[in-house]
Amino acid sequence: MRTVRFFLTSPAGIIGLVLLVLVLAMAASAGTLYPNDPLSLAGRPLQAPFVNPRFVLGTDSSGRDVAAQMFHGARTSLLIGISATLVAIVVGVLVGSISGYYGGWVDVTLMRITEAFQTVPNFILLLVLVVIFGARMDLLAFMIGLVSWTAVARLTRAEFLTLRQREFVQACRVLGMGDLRIIFREILPNALPPVIVYASIVMAFSILLESALAFLGLSDPNVASWGKLIADGRRVLRTAWYVATMPGLAVLIAVLSVSLIGQGINDALNPRLRRD
Amino acid sequence: MLLSIENLSIRLPGRGDRPHAVKNLDLTLQENEILCVVGESGSGKSVTASAILGLLPPELKVESGRVMFEGRDLTKLSPAELRQVRGAGIGMIFQDPMTALNPLQRVGDQIAETFRIHTDLGKAEIRRRVVKLLTDMHLPDPELAARVYPHELSGGQRQRAMIAMALALEPRILIADEPTTALDVTTQAQILSLIRELQQRNRMGVLFITHDFGVVAEIGNRIAVMRMGEVVETGAADDVLNRPQHAYTKSLLAAVPLLKPPDRPPPEDGLEGHAALSILNVQKTYRRGLRRTVALKDVTLRLRRGSTLGIVGESGSGKSTLARCIVRLLETDGGAIEIGGADITRLTKQEWRKEARRVQMVFQDPYASLNPRRRVGELVAQGPVIHGARLADVMPKVRELFGLVGLDPEAVDRFPHEFSGGQRQRIALARALAMEPEILVADEPVSALDVSVQAQVLKLLADLQRKLNLSMVFITHDLRVAAQICDRVAIMQRGEVVEEGEPSRVLVAPQHPYAQALISAIPGRDWAMRRESP
Repeated sequence: MRTVRFFLTSPAGIIGLVLLVLVLAMAASAGTLYPNDPLSLAGRPLQAPFVNPRFVLGTDSSGRDVAAQMFHGARTSLLIGISATLVAIVVGVLVGSISGYYGGWVDVTLMRITEAFQTVPNFILLLVLVVIFGARMDLLAFMIGLVSWTAVARLTRAEFLTLRQREFVQACRVLGMGDLRIIFREILPNALPPVIVYASIVMAFSILLESALAFLGLSDPNVASWGKLIADGRRVLRTAWYVATMPGLAVLIAVLSVSLIGQGINDALNPRLRRD
Repeated sequence: MLLSIENLSIRLPGRGDRPHAVKNLDLTLQENEILCVVGESGSGKSVTASAILGLLPPELKVESGRVMFEGRDLTKLSPAELRQVRGAGIGMIFQDPMTALNPLQRVGDQIAETFRIHTDLGKAEIRRRVVKLLTDMHLPDPELAARVYPHELSGGQRQRAMIAMALALEPRILIADEPTTALDVTTQAQILSLIRELQQRNRMGVLFITHDFGVVAEIGNRIAVMRMGEVVETGAADDVLNRPQHAYTKSLLAAVPLLKPPDRPPPEDGLEGHAALSILNVQKTYRRGLRRTVALKDVTLRLRRGSTLGIVGESGSGKSTLARCIVRLLETDGGAIEIGGADITRLTKQEWRKEARRVQMVFQDPYASLNPRRRVGELVAQGPVIHGARLADVMPKVRELFGLVGLDPEAVDRFPHEFSGGQRQRIALARALAMEPEILVADEPVSALDVSVQAQVLKLLADLQRKLNLSMVFITHDLRVAAQICDRVAIMQRGEVVEEGEPSRVLVAPQHPYAQALISAIPGRDWAMRRESP
């Protein structure tokens, strides 16, 4: 409760929250406002925004409604962002906590694997995965998660390395507590705050990765996506600037909102900034 | 008069337990004297020291009063003017010499910096002075000490380097904030005599902050006793120590454990058949890469059922390693640890987990040994719950245990941070007792506590032992504490037990040279002997 109250005193956190609510509202209302397939042809191509009341944000080069794609694209981005982040956090926390708690050869092995992932730029790795496994939405979320867990693992491991030395962990061992219980019930809750803050960065990055894939035409072709709209707008950028600009702004706002929230949580969890 | 603090009040931020860190404080420091400021944690003694040099954290503000030094009020000086006073007029040393020295700079360079800032001496002259200073600190090889990095020095040597830095410009005042608290007792004795020697040579005024009356008796000319930000009593050392006037001073002095062990008739029958714990030829070596450190060398000790075995030693003596081997937080490399006749070092991990309740441990730091995210009742219930009991079934017993260790049984729903250090140590004790152990291993359980709280916890331990017929291994560096609570003591040095026996013999007439050195280094020993002789 205290943390929530402190979060609400951080300007970054509040701005982020407002922006995120905006994106959430877009995603939630997409079905009612634009019940038709956003990728179906709707009218004359390349209409400017705020001219035709049927297409508030205009149409793209194939005559699809930009606004409908924006709203449905918000769904895609949030879905990918949240599920990819979950995958990254689960994998990262598992690897990091086991590595940090046990140390020794377990740590060495897991950390070499982590490094193997880190040496390949994660977007390249993602491209390889997409080429091999295809680009269905559910797979995509999993694959994005799979290329972004390494930093989470390192962060969790660092926390565990210090926490496992603490006397309360030794006290649990003296009581005869099993390792798994010590790791997940005793240490993990103490190690989570920095990981939660970092999750916002992972989420922002996942949204960017999906947009980048869609921009290259490698995302799920059956789903509306901001990245796809930007790619489409790129070809007509000099004649119809608005097609690429609108989804570009949307990506900016979504990523900004999540990282501002991360900043807010960080401030709220940082006891030095607390004043009471 | 060198320094006078007049009517100083410093405000605490927010709604703490009191509005002022220091309130209407009057203190004077004369030339050529050591003024000891004594108090328990939170008494405002360190805040006072920081205020003199304008080192207060930004939340604390001087509300009223003056600090007069050489005709100037230090609380009114600009940062630039204060920097002129720091180091040159007033030197300061801190508790932890490791964190007060920059780990990335050579010791000599750090001392030289003082000269570079405050004087315009040439390079060669500065070098000469640095070596001379380190020689004055009685460092074995001053030339070498100037060239090494802080981590290459021992704790005592680092504190000597710190003192060299503080005294480089021959300040008229030295402020020492718990300078020996982090040091071993033999090192402490050396540092105290060094401070005294330098003080007398330079006719300095020393403001010495400490919580330890033994240290006060060793070094103080005058004493100021502080409580809750106020000075309750000042006077000549002899008067305050031996004829205290204020009730608080009396209670503090009464809480200092006596050096003389109480008379305990040793049991008539021998140890055979009565050993709760037998430690037989235990070996332990730490290996890190190619480096090997022998932590336990052939340690053999026995603990009689229902009695307390004290294990005394300085840091690095292996006493904590031994404690951790007994509860199997560490594996031994050889020998046997027998509880009730069975060697526990041969049990598998799973077998030991089932047996774990027989030996329980209380740790040194009551702030680190309780998981901050769990309610204290849950923490105490944890042991039985791990071994299969249901939480609801254990709670009545938990409340009972809270009562037993002197806590409010209704406090079980609170979190650890809502308790003081002494209360937390009681919670840790309740957690260990919830397992109904045969043996309790206490690793420095009162070292982090204030002297009055320490006395209460020691009394509690003794009571519980009698009530529950506990066998106890008591690890401590404090010989006074050992004298009061132990039936037998073992003195360890570098992984070996050098002397073992009843406290009335070991602590009064030790045979081994190290034991003798340890006992003669107890601060305030002469004062204690006089105080305790009938």
